[in-house]
Amino acid sequence: MDSNKILDRGTPDRSARVGAPVTLQIDGVAVTVPAGTSLMRAAHDAGVKVPKLCATDSLDAFGSCRLCLVEVEGRRGYPASCTTPCEPGMKVKTQTDKLAKLRRSTMELYISDHPLDCLTCPANGNCELQDMAGVVGLREVRYGYQGENHLAAPKDQSNPYFTFDPSKCIVCSRCVRACEEIQGTFALTVQGRGFDSKIAPGPGSFLESECVSCGACVQACPTATLMEKSVYDQGQPDHSAITTCAYCGVGCSFRAEMKGDQVVRMVPHKDGRANRGHSCVKGRFAFGYATHKDRIKQPMIRASIQEPWREVTWEQAIAHAASEIRRIQGKYGRGSVGGITSSRCTNEETYLVQKLVRAAFGNNNVDTCARVCHSPTGYGLKTTLGESAGTQDFDSVMHADVVVVMGANPTDAHPVFASRMKKRLREGAQLIVIDPRKIDLVDSPHTRAAFHIQLQPGTNVAVMNALAHVVVTEGLAKVDYVRARCELPEFDKWQAFIRDPKNSPEVLGPVIGVPATTLRDAARLYATARNAAIYYGLGVTEHSQGSTTVMAIANLAMLTGNLGRPGVGVNPLRGQNNVQGSCDMGSFPHELPGYRHVSDPTVRELFGQSWGVPIDDEPGLRIPNMFDAALDGSFKALYVQGEDIAQSDPDTHHVQAALTAMECVIVQDLFINETAKYAHVFLPGASFLEKDGTFTNAERRISRVRRVMPPLAGLADWEATMALAKALGYPMHYDHPSQIMAEIAALTPTFTGVTYDKIDQLGSIQWPCNDQAPTGTPVMHVDQFVRGKGRFVITEYVATPERTSRKFPLILTTGRILSQYNVGAQTRRTANTAWHAADVLELHPHDAEARGIRDGDRVEVESRAGKTVLRAEVTERMQPGVVYTTFHHPESGANVVTTENSDWATIVRNTRSPRCRSARCWCRRRRGSRSSRRLRSSRRRCCRGGSDGRAEAGQDVQ
Amino acid sequence: MQPTADPGATPVPLTAAQRAAIDVAIAACRDLPGALLPLLHKLQEQLGYVPPASIPPIAKALGLSQADVHGVITFYHDFRTTPPGRHVVKLCRAEACQAMGCQRLEQHVQDRLGITFGQTSADGAVTLEAVYCLGNCALSPALLVDGRLQGRVSKERLDRVLDTCVHDGKEAQR
Ligand code: SF4
Ligand code: SF4
Ligand code: SF4
Ligand code: FES
Ligand code: FES
Repeated sequence: MDSNKILDRGTPDRSARVGAPVTLQIDGVAVTVPAGTSLMRAAHDAGVKVPKLCATDSLDAFGSCRLCLVEVEGRRGYPASCTTPCEPGMKVKTQTDKLAKLRRSTMELYISDHPLDCLTCPANGNCELQDMAGVVGLREVRYGYQGENHLAAPKDQSNPYFTFDPSKCIVCSRCVRACEEIQGTFALTVQGRGFDSKIAPGPGSFLESECVSCGACVQACPTATLMEKSVYDQGQPDHSAITTCAYCGVGCSFRAEMKGDQVVRMVPHKDGRANRGHSCVKGRFAFGYATHKDRIKQPMIRASIQEPWREVTWEQAIAHAASEIRRIQGKYGRGSVGGITSSRCTNEETYLVQKLVRAAFGNNNVDTCARVCHSPTGYGLKTTLGESAGTQDFDSVMHADVVVVMGANPTDAHPVFASRMKKRLREGAQLIVIDPRKIDLVDSPHTRAAFHIQLQPGTNVAVMNALAHVVVTEGLAKVDYVRARCELPEFDKWQAFIRDPKNSPEVLGPVIGVPATTLRDAARLYATARNAAIYYGLGVTEHSQGSTTVMAIANLAMLTGNLGRPGVGVNPLRGQNNVQGSCDMGSFPHELPGYRHVSDPTVRELFGQSWGVPIDDEPGLRIPNMFDAALDGSFKALYVQGEDIAQSDPDTHHVQAALTAMECVIVQDLFINETAKYAHVFLPGASFLEKDGTFTNAERRISRVRRVMPPLAGLADWEATMALAKALGYPMHYDHPSQIMAEIAALTPTFTGVTYDKIDQLGSIQWPCNDQAPTGTPVMHVDQFVRGKGRFVITEYVATPERTSRKFPLILTTGRILSQYNVGAQTRRTANTAWHAADVLELHPHDAEARGIRDGDRVEVESRAGKTVLRAEVTERMQPGVVYTTFHHPESGANVVTTENSDWATIVRNTRSPRCRSARCWCRRRRGSRSSRRLRSSRRRCCRGGSDGRAEAGQDVQ
Repeated sequence: MQPTADPGATPVPLTAAQRAAIDVAIAACRDLPGALLPLLHKLQEQLGYVPPASIPPIAKALGLSQADVHGVITFYHDFRTTPPGRHVVKLCRAEACQAMGCQRLEQHVQDRLGITFGQTSADGAVTLEAVYCLGNCALSPALLVDGRLQGRVSKERLDRVLDTCVHDGKEAQR
């Protein structure tokens, strides 16, 4: 049981404070602590646990329970040790007869209004109130239990994951403070006053409230008042393992608390450096999908996709898959087969799939859906700064004075990071939001953006250029920084370009749809901050000109000296949990692990040596090329690990046709997904709970995934890949993923120092980790840029013609929401559906009114690619002319209405703004016989590979 | 995170007049330091109470959470969340008045109108509220009826007060 009691030092760490350390005596023991440390925490360091109820080290001390009283020599009274800071030379006593008596009577008061049902209480064995009653030696309650009390208060069971039982509440307000200080939602309050005070989530129930179900209050509660339902059902866990969330790019560290091989609950790990003890509803509660009854546990094959599946053994399935691949290669050539890696799988698994393709298939036809998310970042940051990754760790935001959030919606997509950011904003940092949508951060309780640049979709580059123009022309650039650290000829060229009045806010403002004064003020705020940081998301990378936008962001950061120290930087917020990792691991048709081009003979030689086969020097096919080749009849077999390309790809019908044209599609997944409908071999996948490995989050942090239960289907994904390789005549020899990591480290310069032992020791490692940085690199580009001198790149804004027409007046954008994840295969199979039962189409009241659409109506959305029906949600979050939907539910088929598009420097599937994806959509009401009206949005169809003539030589990544 | 599945459980919707009153109160108070309290007072002055459905717009305007606003409304006994009766009787419950038997008066209202503190009589005539010291301790027990102070309140005196409230010529409107 003790394994689940987490060390609590009572009050937060103050070691970051300035001031000389303080030495004092506690119960006769001398102890030295950082200035500002509480007596309680100092006592803990001296080995003395002072009784406490309202204090916990994740929250600022509050001093309400009066249990932690101490005596200080030469002072009168009994100060609360949690709120009293240490002073030099203090002599403190934590235990005297008087203190014991005071504490006992305080406890008596608490217990006189507390149900005495410890034996049947879900917190039994892990309850701080119970512990404290024992510690203070409570033996009787003189007040009796007859007085007015709260024992009959009804439970609130509305939240799907936790129960609120106010009869057990001691009103310590740890929950209220957790919701404020840690989560930043302020969903809880103390209702009423005096004896009537009660914790309440506003006037209604938890489910109706502003609560986002992050679990911070449940974590902070010392009693059974706020308690996971799973603990009600299963009892207290008895052992645990540290692992990493498999949902988003924050990569939160969790303790999987177990009983046997059952997960009782997932609790955010206090020492996790990505999340610092916090979590969101997905990682904290929505893990039930891992053991959902829909999980496929037996491999299956079929000769054609019209036939029903046939369950077979692993050996049969693997043998069949291998013989099909060899048959197809024999008939259509070596290049007729390929593989797709998953940003949901571990680094080791991704590495193995690309190794399988390169070594056993003998070509470079390997790609990943993460390209959508990664390519512009990879290309843009590599070109300007020299490394394909974000520059900071998440902690860095706590040093930022101005934060820019661009094309990202952190409170929904990266909730734990958003909480950190909001904390910093409440401390006084200023926020600039650049987004077509009025995302929650713009105006939420206790945080408000200084500027919201509500741009027209597709004008990202124009915004960045206008900001840079102001910085340059108003003399706000950090010229010394630029002179010392950047290539000057390039800078001079760029400066001449950006000074041009065509880049001024006055000229670009009307294009962007934002007043020039707003752009000027925002630029001044960013440029004059001590530390300014930029965070961007899919709204930047999934648009056309994504790479250009990323380079424009990097330009602006270099120009203002905002790179190379904590509090600044340029950071992509990655969508899926292992986007960074899967890209690092060589998931691209033109790059081997570590972003090294296949045309480089030294690199090919290195891998060829290690793998014992020659590496093809021709870049392979990207996913869209694979589909096109499939339709041409030259690409016939595909191994898809852990991705649902038929649902998450923007142009569903094109993908379906391509898949249907193939002769052998091998799908490896947890569930029968949309892609599996076109598959001939189904290999059951293993969830993150069933395997060992590592994930790399958006801050380049490599964290361990630990197996807490055996794979439900018998094999972990990496084992299945190995079996397939062996059947293809290319045996791989690994007993454990740590050996795969050893191979990666040996072959990849940024990973040379990474071992499982070191990760275990340090908790996690941010790459680069090598001889120069043996414990990893939290902040990059410190003394100089990775590429040597930073390079300014001219970022011409290319207007997209034919934005909308009279016939198709609306722009459709897609995105995600907090409680659901990506295509929703996981979250739909959890109680998270309480919050998001179906995809909806959000539109502005003006657009709705003009079309006679009311909130809740069902509307049909049609594009050239297909049509679907969604429920309308009329909201002022949208700007007029732009509609928005999520794509979490396959039955809504939101991706059916989007079509393919390419960015000019990389092929990027545009799922955010069909302006460039040619989604002509029209929506009509679908109610009774009312006349239907149409709303349409039209999109230009961009050609692939820079055919708009703007691509300069050398700017294509391939 | 609001449930999208079931929009039920929303409080009584605001009337256009209430919405307008909220806008007026917001405009008048939003820039004051500690705007919430003056805003709530102003709203209660105009509407007689603070409708629960006014919490979201107030919270939004002041950059607070709905729970923040709810907490403040429930902390102060002054704020009502249901429409008051035609007359408001505030009975003092603080020490001096207690010593002079205000509990008996409370019991008396309870017997006569079937209501206790914070409630409104079934005929809509009287809302009974508690106050804590009216500064009239020398003449306790004390009460306020529609803002008018009365001291040395006996059962009989209370009855007369209640009579005038109940029979105020507006009984039929209910
Ligand atoms: S679960 Fe999170 S958001 Fe909800 S009340 Fe608790 S701390 Fe606040
Ligand atoms: S619910 Fe728990 S944390 Fe919140 S006040 Fe009650 S006992 Fe404390
Ligand atoms: S989904 Fe993201 S923010 Fe939420 S717990 Fe998992 S890693 Fe953390
Ligand atoms: S722990 Fe110090 S007062 Fe509660
Ligand atoms: S105690 Fe009632 S008026 Fe002072």
